[in-house]
This record gives sequence, C-alpha cells and structure tokens, in this order.
Amino acid sequence: MTDDTARTGRAAVLDRWRRSPMLLRHLAAALAAFLGIVLLTSVTDPFTNLRIATIGYHLVAVAGLALLIGVSGQISLGHGAFMFIGAYTMALLVIHVPGSPLWANLLLAIAASCAAGVAVGAATARLHGPYLAGATLILAVGLPAVALRYPEALGGSNGLTFSVAGTPPALSDTVPDPRWQSWVVWLAVLLALVVVANVSRGRLGRRLRAVRDDEAAAALSGLRPGRLRTVAFVISAGCGGLAGALQAYLLGTATPSSFGLALSLSLLAAVVLGGLGSLWGALWGALALVYVEVWGHDAAEALGLSDHVANNLPIALFGAALIAIVLLWPSGVQGGLARLGAAVRTRRIGPGGRPD
Amino acid sequence: MEQLAELVLNGVSSGAVYAALALSLMIIYQATRVVNFAQPGLALIAAYTAFSVTRATGSYWLGFVLALVVGGALGVLAERLLIRPVQRRSELSAIIVTLGLLMLLQGVAGMVWSNEPHSFPYPLDFRGRFSATDAFAVAAVGVTALGLLLLFRYTPLGLRMRAAAFRPEVARMVGVRVGLMLTVGWGIASVIGALAGMLAVPPFIFPNVLDGVFVYGITAAVIGGLDNPFGAVLGGFTLGIGLSLVSGYLGPELVTLAALVIVVVVLSLRPDGLFTRPRARQV
Amino acid sequence: MSAPAPAPPALEVHDLVSAYGAVRAVDGVSLTVPAGSITAVLGANGAGKTTLLRTVSGAKAAQSGRVLADGVELTRLPADRVVRHGVAHVPEGGGVITQLTVEENLRLGGLWRADRADRVRAREEMYQLFPVLAERRRQPAGALSGGERQMLAIGRALMARPRVLLLDEPSLGLAPMVTRRLLRLLRELRDGTGLTVVLVEQNARGALSVADHGFVLSLGRVAASGDADRLLADDRTRHAYLGF
Repeated sequence: MTDDTARTGRAAVLDRWRRSPMLLRHLAAALAAFLGIVLLTSVTDPFTNLRIATIGYHLVAVAGLALLIGVSGQISLGHGAFMFIGAYTMALLVIHVPGSPLWANLLLAIAASCAAGVAVGAATARLHGPYLAGATLILAVGLPAVALRYPEALGGSNGLTFSVAGTPPALSDTVPDPRWQSWVVWLAVLLALVVVANVSRGRLGRRLRAVRDDEAAAALSGLRPGRLRTVAFVISAGCGGLAGALQAYLLGTATPSSFGLALSLSLLAAVVLGGLGSLWGALWGALALVYVEVWGHDAAEALGLSDHVANNLPIALFGAALIAIVLLWPSGVQGGLARLGAAVRTRRIGPGGRPD
Repeated sequence: MEQLAELVLNGVSSGAVYAALALSLMIIYQATRVVNFAQPGLALIAAYTAFSVTRATGSYWLGFVLALVVGGALGVLAERLLIRPVQRRSELSAIIVTLGLLMLLQGVAGMVWSNEPHSFPYPLDFRGRFSATDAFAVAAVGVTALGLLLLFRYTPLGLRMRAAAFRPEVARMVGVRVGLMLTVGWGIASVIGALAGMLAVPPFIFPNVLDGVFVYGITAAVIGGLDNPFGAVLGGFTLGIGLSLVSGYLGPELVTLAALVIVVVVLSLRPDGLFTRPRARQV
Repeated sequence: MSAPAPAPPALEVHDLVSAYGAVRAVDGVSLTVPAGSITAVLGANGAGKTTLLRTVSGAKAAQSGRVLADGVELTRLPADRVVRHGVAHVPEGGGVITQLTVEENLRLGGLWRADRADRVRAREEMYQLFPVLAERRRQPAGALSGGERQMLAIGRALMARPRVLLLDEPSLGLAPMVTRRLLRLLRELRDGTGLTVVLVEQNARGALSVADHGFVLSLGRVAASGDADRLLADDRTRHAYLGF
C-alpha cells in the first residue's frame, strides 16, 4: 500500500521533472553535480582535488568531441589543437593583461578556439570520413609547431609559464588553493556541459542527427548540412578551447609538447571508450583518460618495470582498448551500462511492464 | 637562384618519401576503402627492427631487408586480424581501429626501445647537395612505383587485385579469392610503408619520429587522389618541393600548417584530388 | 548385368532456403537440371529468382538445403570455389567491371585455371564467338553498349569452361532484336558444346522459346514446372504467373 503511494508520488515528481524546460532541468542537474563536487573535494586531500579538477577539463574536451562525432557524425583527430589554442590564449592573457579577470580569460579562450573552429570547420565542412580525419590530423601535428616558430611570443619548446590567482583572500583561510581551483574548473565545465547537453538533445541536435543520417534527405527538407556541420565543429572546438584554458589555469604552464598528436588521439579514444554521443559516456572516457595514466604508472612501479614502460603503457592500453571496443563492444562503456540497466529494469518491473 | 635550386633538390628527395607513403596509403585505400592511419606505426616497428638488427650484426642492409619483411608481415596481420572484421561496418570503425593500432604500436615501441632518440644510420653517404642517400631514396621510390605499375597493369595477380578492389562480388564470381587479394594488398602497401620509414627515420629514431612524415604522406595522397597511383607519386614530389620552398622562405615550423592549407584548398576545389580526372560516380 | 548408373544431373537443388533477415526470398526450392539442357527459371519480380541463382553460385549463403553439381556438393562453398567446380554465374546486368578493359574482363574469367595455353585458346574462341569484343579489346568495358556488355559477361563466364552457366536476366534492358540473338546464341552454345544453361528471365515467352524445361517461382517457392512447350501451352500457369 504505502509502497504503492510512494511509487506514484515518485512517478509524479519524475513526470513533472520530464516536462519542465530542458535548460532548467540541465541547470538543476549541473547545480546538483557542482554541489557533489564541492562535497567530494571537501573530504579529499589537495592532491585528489587536483586530480578531480583534471578529470573536469578532460570531461569537457571529451564531451565536445563526443558531440562532434556522435551527434554530427564528423571525426576530428585534431582536438588537441583547440586545447592548444585555449591554453595559449589563457597564458597570453594572464601574462600580458594581468588585470583581466579569470572568467573573462576563459570566455576569451573559448572565443579564440571557436574562431579557429569556424575557420577549420568551414574549410572542412565538405570533407567526410578519411579526408576529414586526415585534414584534422594535420592540424593536430602542425599547430603546436607554431609555438616553436615564434619563440619570443610563445616561448618556444619550453612554452609559457605564469602564476594564476588562487583562492580569493576572503576564503583563503578555509579553502586551500587546489580545492578552489577544482571548484572553478568544475563550475566552468558544468556550465559548458549544460550547453552541450541542450544542443545535443534540442532542435539543433535533432537537425545534426538528421544531416548525419541522411544528408541528401536533410538538405531536401530545408536544412543546410554544411552550415550545421560547421556549427557542431565550432561548439566542439569551443569545448576544446575551454579545456585547454582550464588546463593552463590548473598547471600554470602551456607547452607545445603537451598538445601533440597523442593528446588528440587520446581524446578520441576516450570518446570511443565511453560510447559515442553520450554525456555520461564522456564522463567514463574522461575518468579513463586520467586513471589509466595513473594506474599505468602505479602498476609499472609495483611490478618494477622501467620508466619507459610506465610512460608508454597508457597509450598502448588506450590503443588496445580502442581496437577491442570497436571489435567487441561497439557501443562503448555507456552503451553497455545502458543495456545492463535496461535488463535490470525489465526484470524488476516484470515482462509485462514498460521500463519507461 | 642558388637557394631555389637547393630547395628544389631537397624537396625532391623528401618528396620521394612522401610519394612512397602516399602510394602505400593509396593501395590500401583502393583495395579496402580504409585510410591506414596505423601505417606510421607499422613502419616504426619495421624501422626499430632494422635498428636492432643493425646494432647486433653491424650490417645496415640486413636490417633494411628485415625491416621490409617485418613491415609487410605486420600489414598482413593487421588486415587479417583487425581490418577484416570491421570492414563492412562504418567508415568510422575502420578509422578508429587503425588509430588504435597506431597508438598500440607506438606505445609498444616506446616500451621496448624507450622514448629516447637513438641514432639511426643513413643507407649511404648523406653529406652535400643531393647526396648518395638522396639519390637512393629517389631511385628506390622510382623503382617501387614502376614495379607497382607493372604489377597492376601486366600481371595476373595485379589484374585480380584490381578486380577485387573495383567489384569484389563480381571478382568472387569469376574465381578471384578476394580476401586473399586484400591481404596481399595490405602486405605490399606495408612493405612500401616500411621502405618509406627506412628513408624517413635517419638520423634519429624515437616513437613519434614518423608522425610528421606521415602527415605529409596523407597530404600527398589526398592531393593526388586516393584512387590514383600516378597522383600519389606526383602528389608526393609536388608536395616535397612545395614544402621545401615554404620551409626555406617562411620557416620550417610552418611546413605542417602549409600542408593543411594545401589539403583544404585542394579538396575544396577538387574533392577527388588534383590528378584524378573527374568522373561520373559509379552506382 | 545392370545398366550403367545414369549420370547425375548437371545441377540439383534440394529444399533450398535463402533469406534476407526475416524475409525468406527462397523458401524451400527443389529443382533438377539435366546435363545439356536449357532450363528457364521464371516468375514475377520478387519471386526469388535472383536470390536462387545467387545462392546456388555461392554469392549468398543458404540458410538450409543442398546444392549439387554433377553430384558434387557445393552447398556453403563461397562463389570463388563454386566457379572452380564448373558452375559460372553471370549476375544481373552482367557485372562487367567497367574500369578494366574488355580484354582484361575476359582474361579475368579464366585466370583461376592452371592451363595457360588453354586460357589463351579460350580467349581466341571468345573473340570468334563475339567479334565485336575483339574489335574493342583495348577499350574500357565501360564504353560498351548494353548488349555488348552482356556478351562480354557471358564470354567472361565461358572463359572458365563451365559445365553449367547461370544467367540472370540477360535480356534486361536490351532491344528485342538483341535479346533474340542472345537467346539463339545460348541454344547454339548448348548444341555445340553440351553446356547446361540455367536462364532466369522475366521475359517468359522469350526464355521458354529456347528452353527445354521451365520452373515458375512464386513467393520463393516452385509454383509450376515442366517441359517448356507444356508451360507455354498451359493457360492457367501463363495467366497466373507469367503474365502473357
């Protein structure tokens, strides 16, 4: 009896939740997630705080790339290049415009990488599959070399080093710097994810999927495939830029070597690992990016393996995982979890009931 | 004028390497409609094999030959074990699998041989303008291209391979073992890739040494047309000379970006490549 | 003294089932094709004729049933093996590879055979049989007309010196004159070389005019069969399945 009423009560709440405007829903979810992060960082040590922040900026980069690949069906092997742009924009602003507040720096970093995204996206909107992959691959390899070309402005191979503001003075007694930094990172990341989620589930997302599934039909029904693809490219470039800027903010450096081809490929690996086109999948992918590296080092250390094994284990593992997932488990981690969840729900509700 | 001649000559010898890579990519693309992003990984393992063999035996040429053998064998294995299962799936699957293989091979190379650069010998004397090594590169690639032409045009194997690439189902009906032809194609392409690697690696070998060269190989293949062997060779040499000029007059760091600009411009004007005759699509 | 065992039929199909997903395009077909005969397989669009041929030749896998040629089991062999057992398939539209030259297409048909001298001989025979191909041997096959492509496709299949030739809609898109010539040619080939021909056609009247036997497929099953004259004379079958 009581169980039943509880269930209808819960159903009513769920129903209202589903019918509320999407943006509000996503904002509420982001708020809840942010509170969770605050809680989590308050009970963990500074070292873990920084790691949580690292997961955050990886997440936004992976989510942007997941939108591009999963929803709009384009592939990019060059998203490390947009992180490069974001990071260097951030670094240059901190160094040359010391008065500029952090939020403005982040917005400008996003704007810079979006601008680059417009250029690249418009130029490559007509390319598909292997051609697009090739062109973006060249971008990933070529752009970081720009820092080497202009050593006076961009610091050459050593990159740029700078110091960022920590916790504001009012809070500096209670909140250590790493915790504050991880809050800043996650606040920015969650806001960006709200945008990505809205795009993905909203009208734009539907149109992008229509173009992805059947370009000719979409064009016939009045959509403009080239423009839509460029828009998706710009959004995901912006996510990459934000990720790069946040990375620079966390580390206080921007070096060309950290934005090489390996980064771009790892981002792609994370997207595939998590499952294409799903925000939850992006989270699993970002976790994997951070923790495979950590565990690889730990494992190599525990087993007494040499440094060069430890350094290369993560990339080899990612490569093996990419192959294994495409061959054996094409829907990625999130797809597997979704299927598992569906199976569990069907069992609990019984064969006659509908899980949704 | 002096500088121009010098740059063009440099461009010709690096263009030979790009042409070889482009040929390798083209053969695989034509046979299986897959761009083999794992190619620098396969060539890398081949070159590291040569490195170890040469260090152990003192013979460069023994290492050279073994590198080609190992490269070809890896290509055959990759096709059989990884590409065949995903070939009928989406374009994206094949791209991701080859990228995964690239990461895996680079990681393994780093684990075995470390990320530190090791010195890697040139085949012949490399000093001076258009050295013996440069001549060797151009000659090796020229012979390879000619050999491929003869193979595809005039041998039964080449005819079978072309039939398998153009119309696999029909080829099967007339008795062509299509799967075998695809494997042979990957093998041949990977031998050529390994050759390109041997030419491109010196003076130092490290896990990412071929990334840059591979990028130019892709560029050459794309501007030449992924379907066209002459285009691949021509694209390689054109790109080699063009990038050498960019490097000489604008700075070596901008070469990769120049390649990107070239790709984007060429593809927006001629989506099938510069040297492919535009043709009505086959249905 | 017992009589010598009768030669097995050139082609036997037992209870063949071949499906695309849940759709059984061929749903339990059995037929026997005597050696040296011309057998027409007729039926409306979607009756399963093409699927039947594709399954027999190994281009498509069978769900169940058996296929034998000259008593040799071919079931589950891939197409490149089936042709080595003397069953050659000319697919719908001919399957000429337009990017190759006429001569390359022709050569391709016999390439799997070890006897090099006979391959050359077979090629010359094809050029005698189809002089128009000899004239255009260096041209890309894409430059041929529809009728010429059919000839090239048949020539390419004959390069394998098959005992059974499976032909899928050779008259499709051809002028009536060309079709008649093609059908007459099949008859001459049969008479001259003892070739067994299985002819899938929508043009039932034309096919039955050269065939010895006919099978009528409907919804993946054999709806009628018998001698060609009997089928031609049977008004009910003609009206119900053949549409003339």
